Amino acid sequence: MLHANPGTRSAWERVMNARKEDRPQARDYIEKLFHGVFEVRGDQCMGDDEAIVTAIAWFETCPVTVIGQQKGHTLEERMRCNFGMPSPEGYRKSMRALRQAEKFGRPVICLVDTPGAFCGVEAEAKGQGRVIAEHLRAMATVRTPCISIIIGEGGSGGALALSLADRLIMLENSYFSVISPEGAASILFKDSSLASEAAKNLKLTAGDLKRFGIVDGIIREPQGYSRFHMDESAEAVKKAIRSALKRLSHVPPERLVEQRQEKYLNMRWY
Amino acid sequence: MNLFSEQIESASAERGPSSGTLDMLRCSRCGRDLVAEVVLAGDAACPYCGALFRQPAYRRIEAIVDSGSFIEIEREAEAGDPLSFPGYRTKLEKERAKSKMQEGVAIGKATIKGLRTALAIMDSYFMMGSMGTVVGEKIVILAEFALVNRLPLIIFCASGGARMQEGVLSLMQMSRTTIALARHSAAGLLHINVLTHPTTGGVTASFAMQGDITLAEPGALIGFAGPRVIEQTVGESLPDGFQTAEYLYEHGLIDRIVERNNMRETLASLLALHTTEHNAAPNREER
Repeated sequence: MLHANPGTRSAWERVMNARKEDRPQARDYIEKLFHGVFEVRGDQCMGDDEAIVTAIAWFETCPVTVIGQQKGHTLEERMRCNFGMPSPEGYRKSMRALRQAEKFGRPVICLVDTPGAFCGVEAEAKGQGRVIAEHLRAMATVRTPCISIIIGEGGSGGALALSLADRLIMLENSYFSVISPEGAASILFKDSSLASEAAKNLKLTAGDLKRFGIVDGIIREPQGYSRFHMDESAEAVKKAIRSALKRLSHVPPERLVEQRQEKYLNMRWY
Repeated sequence: MNLFSEQIESASAERGPSSGTLDMLRCSRCGRDLVAEVVLAGDAACPYCGALFRQPAYRRIEAIVDSGSFIEIEREAEAGDPLSFPGYRTKLEKERAKSKMQEGVAIGKATIKGLRTALAIMDSYFMMGSMGTVVGEKIVILAEFALVNRLPLIIFCASGGARMQEGVLSLMQMSRTTIALARHSAAGLLHINVLTHPTTGGVTASFAMQGDITLAEPGALIGFAGPRVIEQTVGESLPDGFQTAEYLYEHGLIDRIVERNNMRETLASLLALHTTEHNAAPNREER
């Protein structure tokens, strides 16, 4: 199911691909992969953030919790979703979903796709940093299987919050980076037009992350992959989730958390 | 010459022009020119108006812990260049020479008014305290050390965020430190954060915001995104005092703002509150 050799596109081409407007997004996958979907809305404190979708649904014969970052396809939807940049409300809603998943022993499937957490005055005033920190801790300790799939943009801390998981899978043309290539280019090279150079240097492709041992598997994308032509890849994603669930659902919760934590603690690169 | 002449700045004070062979600092609050070496060897505050400069790690340790009690671990840990990032090796060498540190954090154990604690002090004079693989690993090592020895943990945070030159490996340090500190916390042990200027980015979005108690220094810039990023991406003009310690305090995001000359006292009293025999209460979950 998972291919180790994800072709020969440049890092920058993959970043551009990950940002394509008609690329399948969380709601597209939710429609294709799950049934009996019940969307859970709001953080029950400040509001509902549409940049994060949370739902209870059936994956084949197994009830699961789905947490997805949604960017939106049309301009109207993109604005409602704040272009996929979650606010504290979104991460709080997501933590609510995690707690429920743990309570009912439901596996969690995260669909990661964000240019980054929202950088705005209100987000800061509501503690964006603290909320992401808490979300990370929630993922680090939740006593139920967690599978994260980076379906598009893995933009820094905002994406990482949903990526601390038992299994981390990337689509072939997704990326996962500490900073946007444009940001790195403007800070380090003082020239944002060098973004493609920065993208290469940041080692942000699925192949790079597989080599670092951060990602467990890569899912190939067919030519002309879009939300209108996604059946083939949706099937591959389904297969990846099925096989991960099969392995993880037999592990006692305590052991599962320990294994997840050890996996990260054992990542040493210096 | 002072070791830190290249990067002197703070929330309330900025570097002024050099005159002769002495590096000067200009206090941005009162505008006076100060000799960098003298200010930073002392309490790193403007002697006229009290505005704070960023304090080098070892100077801060001296000011906080019982004299001679700090025992450093992992002092020699050095970053490699895992991504072969252009210019990174040269940059690291320069930063080591300039700051006399091997990396952006010093870790170890010490006593404060006789109370034992594990201690991490980040140093913004080393690549703006950015978190790469070594900073992350040192926080992990310290959390594990504190867990094994059942010690409380104090972290002085100062960071521009995750280190770009180590890419996604820096990002992973947010997960790794989170996990190590979650284990420390699950054993019922105390974690205090002190947020100093500046605490931003990936450090704010991980361990800097995971303590039981969060203190901050006056005027410190604390946030997830930096103010310039927010202005650029949103086109919003920022309110006065935005992202200062005072702003966070008013928004209920931190517990207390503590003056530098009061920090040792405050930390000691918090440690004492958590080291009574009540701490041996049996209802604690351990792993």
